[in-house]
Amino acid sequence: MEILETVFVRNSLVVAFAVIGITIWLSYFLADRLTQGRIHGSAIAIALGLVAAYFGGRATGGSTGVADITLLGGIGLMGGGMMRDFAIVATAFGVKLSELKKAGMAGVISIFAGVVVSFTVGAVVAVLYGYTDPVAVTTIGAGAVTYIVGPVTGSALGAESDIVALSVAAGLIKSILVMIGTPMVAKSIGLDNPRSAMVFGGLMGTTSGVAAGLAATNPKLVPYGAMTATFYTGVGCLLGPSILFFIVNAVL
Amino acid sequence: MIVYGVALLSACLILGMLLGEALGVALNVEANVGGVGIAMLFLVLASNSDRFKSLVEGASGAGIQFWSAMYIPIVVAMAARQNVVAAFEGGMLAVVAGVAAVIVSFALVPVISKIGSSKVSTGEKQ
Repeated sequence: MEILETVFVRNSLVVAFAVIGITIWLSYFLADRLTQGRIHGSAIAIALGLVAAYFGGRATGGSTGVADITLLGGIGLMGGGMMRDFAIVATAFGVKLSELKKAGMAGVISIFAGVVVSFTVGAVVAVLYGYTDPVAVTTIGAGAVTYIVGPVTGSALGAESDIVALSVAAGLIKSILVMIGTPMVAKSIGLDNPRSAMVFGGLMGTTSGVAAGLAATNPKLVPYGAMTATFYTGVGCLLGPSILFFIVNAVL
Repeated sequence: MIVYGVALLSACLILGMLLGEALGVALNVEANVGGVGIAMLFLVLASNSDRFKSLVEGASGAGIQFWSAMYIPIVVAMAARQNVVAAFEGGMLAVVAGVAAVIVSFALVPVISKIGSSKVSTGEKQ
């Protein structure tokens, strides 16, 4: 057991490659056999990842899912921000400049619309749950934008830590739901071309959610959605503690 | 050389991140504003330009394609390290806020895609 742990910990990233490889093989096998290819293998793999993260978090009490299990620590590195961004940028290889230009304006509109709409929905829900303090309502609304915008806004406005935790939770729910829900609704919202993918990325904004949701829908659309999504959190952090807070403050 | 492509990809990411960070400081925002998006634009420009041809074709291109293909496995690892427990422990308010935000945003995708495309088509007619 000690030998196993030594080897696994010392080679954590290599272990992660093997474990993720097996997971993906299993997912594609299940997609093929159980759903006759109706559900994409990568959608199953991502769902398995989330389920594993839940049990990992329950078992260890940590905040990074499976990566808190000593033997699987490398998954934290493999799925961390650095590798994610590196691979996302690589997906832009082969993207046509003309497609980007065509969707440019709609993409920009979608980022601002996405931030404002998610914020409004989150803030309204907070009010319906009885919150009247503008700082709390703004922080929860910002959490519905993304789980990064929530705490950034909350700390800028001096929100209580339980409100910040609530905003992070709202953002996490959003991100997970986008990961799982995107392949299911893709057809009915017309998510089948670069333009709608860019609009989708701008509206959803959660980079992890968009990245995984599009990967499970059609990997060719990933670079378009990811490109707009990466501006979203920045715009959210810009608007949250400023204009959006002023509006909430004026309304309440 | 495969490493040339990988180096180009790395350079794009670092340059984009630096610009995104600088943009964040300029806008007084505690976040990287679009660093990854800017990096992607750099890579698109580089792979469409003649000057960088030797860095994106043949073996060099394979170095970039490898990381592009590793994207889904990395996303699976990313899913496995999310704080799913915290997401569900936030209580009903967090669930309702998150779910409602997603539903409304999903519904807006076709609406805004249409705005964009009608603008483009009128532009083409003129």
